[in-house]
Amino acid sequence: MTSEHATTLIGERFGSAQVENGPPLTVTLPVDAWLPFAQFAKDELRCRYFSFLTAVDWKDQGLDVVLKIDNVDDNLSLIVKTRLEPGVSSCPSLTPLYRGANWMEREAYDMFGIVFEGHPDLRRILLTDDWEGHPLLKSYAVDTPHPPYR
Amino acid sequence: MAVKPPPTPEIPVPVWRNFKDLQEWETLHQTRPEGDKHSAAFEAVTEGIHSFPGGFVLTTAADSFFNWARKSSVWPVTFGLACCAIEMMATFASRFDVERLGMVPWASPRHSDLMIVSGTVTIKMAPMLKRIYDQMPDPKWAVSMGSCSNSGGPFRHGYFVVKGVDRVIPVDVYVPGCPPPPESLLNGLLLLQDQISHFHRTGQRAAPSPKVD
Repeated sequence: MTSEHATTLIGERFGSAQVENGPPLTVTLPVDAWLPFAQFAKDELRCRYFSFLTAVDWKDQGLDVVLKIDNVDDNLSLIVKTRLEPGVSSCPSLTPLYRGANWMEREAYDMFGIVFEGHPDLRRILLTDDWEGHPLLKSYAVDTPHPPYR
Repeated sequence: MAVKPPPTPEIPVPVWRNFKDLQEWETLHQTRPEGDKHSAAFEAVTEGIHSFPGGFVLTTAADSFFNWARKSSVWPVTFGLACCAIEMMATFASRFDVERLGMVPWASPRHSDLMIVSGTVTIKMAPMLKRIYDQMPDPKWAVSMGSCSNSGGPFRHGYFVVKGVDRVIPVDVYVPGCPPPPESLLNGLLLLQDQISHFHRTGQRAAPSPKVD
């Protein structure tokens, strides 16, 4: 499985995906192709290693969910991105597919407030349960008071 | 003849079951009056002796003796939070050797007199820090070590940082630095000993002395 082979396979299966040549290969997708693409990448591209999942806040332009999965045998890395439009905060969960996604999605929920549909246990992971707001959003004020400590 | 079943043992309900957790139990059973003072009886007796003609000689002499004893055996609780803890450990170790000042790093708050807050205090850690401080017996002292616990330091504008540990517990000596080298911390501990030698008869903290503050 070379990078070129992967690019052609992705082009055949997902017409809506934009692929930038790598390394790592960067794939940008609409949200509804998120879970099918992950399934395809795990089965066909054999990207079995879940590296990380995080998000980027682009203010008015919405949120990017960023995922990196690797095919360790063939030295192929995929960065998969999807854009959540402003006001949208739900994204399909990859936890049924990759067990490693569990805590990463909880962290993305904790920091960005992204609700992963289908996640078995979507709670805050780093902050306390009574925390208000999601601190890595750009709209979160820097000195938000947290009585009695700040 | 039917065999009689053995009696079901009745397990007594533990007392603390009525409480949500151990912390709630501690608040109920270990709250102490405002400020860190001796008991009212002790205070009344010393007050009586002090107001007696010539009695102040006795009380001040006793005070100096107690304060000498207090400052000669300040046991810090081993409580490391961040990178400052490395310097704190270096201070405890043989090169700087705080044991010659009578300080024995002790791994239990119940036997300790001093808490060195060494590192960033996060909002999640603050309740635990308060709890450990509350578990220490009076009289007790606290040294805030490093920029982070003095004011929040480089993380002051982070969403997770307590802006100075003095928002959680009362602090006696602030040691600046990021992190403070062992010499700085040692200087802070010596200043603390000096403060303890001015410890007031009633057990209240000393007024700021020109030498220290």
